Amino acid sequence: MKFLIKRALLSLITLGILSLIVFLGGQLLPGDVGRAVLGPLADARAVALFDHQLGLDRPLIVQYWDWISHFVTGDMGVSFTYRAPVAPFVAEALVNSLKLGALAFVMVVPLGIAGGVWAAQRVGRWSDRALVLLGQSLGVVPEFISSIVLILVFGVWLRWLPMSADWPEGAGALTQIRYLILPTLPLVLVFFGYIARVARVGTIEALDADYTRTAILKGLPMGLVMRRHVLRNALLPTITVTASLAGYLAGGLVVIETLFHYRGIGALIYTAAKAKDFPMLEAGVLTVGAVYAVASVLADLVSAALNPRIGAQRA
Amino acid sequence: MSIARERLRAAAHSATLITGLAILVVWIVCALFGSAITPFDPYADNLLSTLASPSAAHWFGTDQLGRDIFSRVIMGARDILIVAPLATLLGTVLGTTLGLCIGYLRGPLDDVVSRVIEAIQALPLIIVALMALAAVGTSNATVVLVIGFVFTPLIARTVRAAVLVERDQDYVAAARLRGDGRLSIMFIEILPNVLPIALVEMTVRLGYAIFFVASLSFLGFGIQPPSADWGIAIAENYSLIGSYWWTVLFDAAATASLVIGVNLVTDGLKSVVDA
Repeated sequence: MKFLIKRALLSLITLGILSLIVFLGGQLLPGDVGRAVLGPLADARAVALFDHQLGLDRPLIVQYWDWISHFVTGDMGVSFTYRAPVAPFVAEALVNSLKLGALAFVMVVPLGIAGGVWAAQRVGRWSDRALVLLGQSLGVVPEFISSIVLILVFGVWLRWLPMSADWPEGAGALTQIRYLILPTLPLVLVFFGYIARVARVGTIEALDADYTRTAILKGLPMGLVMRRHVLRNALLPTITVTASLAGYLAGGLVVIETLFHYRGIGALIYTAAKAKDFPMLEAGVLTVGAVYAVASVLADLVSAALNPRIGAQRA
Repeated sequence: MSIARERLRAAAHSATLITGLAILVVWIVCALFGSAITPFDPYADNLLSTLASPSAAHWFGTDQLGRDIFSRVIMGARDILIVAPLATLLGTVLGTTLGLCIGYLRGPLDDVVSRVIEAIQALPLIIVALMALAAVGTSNATVVLVIGFVFTPLIARTVRAAVLVERDQDYVAAARLRGDGRLSIMFIEILPNVLPIALVEMTVRLGYAIFFVASLSFLGFGIQPPSADWGIAIAENYSLIGSYWWTVLFDAAATASLVIGVNLVTDGLKSVVDA
């Protein structure tokens, strides 16, 4: 328990530093925001007024405090582009991203683990090597490339799946999932190898461990040994990895969301970056950071619950 | 049996290494001598033959402006093969230096830098890069700088871990007793011993750099038109994918082959270093 509180506090510190970096990146670098938003032809007084209205002419430290103290209460500032509060946009995008991320997660994690365990039972054989190399190669191909191929095959030639994730208004859950399958597939391809690699290494180590040998010598059936002894230990590192993946799936899908016209937080960050809408950009980026932090604390919780050694410490 | 298996494995590794190198060489040749190879001028419009499907004259067809896609795919290797390696090199030099400093000196500097590294890693790299590029503006130079800086902490972390092992070795203690300065211990004694790790990390990063440059170019934050870059071409023609598949498929295949080639080389090199 103590360990988890410490872990959560560390995440908060990390988030604090991240907010500083995001703030400095968003406020310092772009120069005169009023000029950037209103354009080069705008009157100097209009620019000054714009900056003053947004409080951009105050000292940086005051601006930072103002921003972050409102941010934590859910007031994320006002978008330059929409001249409306940022928070509702971020909230809606986050929900959409969580849907897409969750679907990708439930597809890729079991597949990756199954692939890794399968390969681990064939270490050194061609099938193991082929799976590892395939996973690795798919993992380095950018998502928009695999997306193009998948869109061509399933959207254009076979016409099985809609090419955009933008489902009709009021669509039910099943229809929404149907629209999300094509955007999810490239993610499965990219992350399959990553998860399989970690699961494979964990399984190889667990298969080689003394407790496994003992269990086999004790005469336990192999299926039981795999389930009770090998998998439980092999999956610990995999869980840590899937947590960072969960964070990424919920916030890092800039390319996929843009490509499939999906209004998630990745697309929101992209649009904000394009329009130099810094309040929106900062809010989006910091939200993703928060999702990351939550995901990694959750991962520690789960691995503490699974790991007999950490469990013993806690008792 | 085990020797035979060893040989088989070695052969497999060299096969991946050779395949990867072959792919890389093809693209490097295209990047260097592209203008001499291309059958057509990759930048020349021909409004009389726009969006022509692949034929004997235009192997990969033509795009919206009637430009020969085969020629553009060949020329498209150039910018990404300049930007990605430069960014990787920058990240490796900065990251190795930083990793040496915080790993050897430790103390408050290490604490602060390690925290900042952690904070940056709490975000997907593509988002860090997008934010930075939105702030400083997009050009080939800023893409190199941003990707280089984004890679710096990642490489620093790897090098730092290696330095932590080295700093307690006898040769470092000997150098210290000899009265060598910190700088000379870091860069003359320790650096050569952590360099192989830094170099392997560099080839891994090169693959990711290509991944990033391609993705950023696709998003409009990387290499800029009128370059024949593959990512740009895909972004420009993506809306035509339903009717004119050849305007995106060949560029996609080119990008995929380049990243897979680099990955095969990395994989091969790693097994050579591990052996």
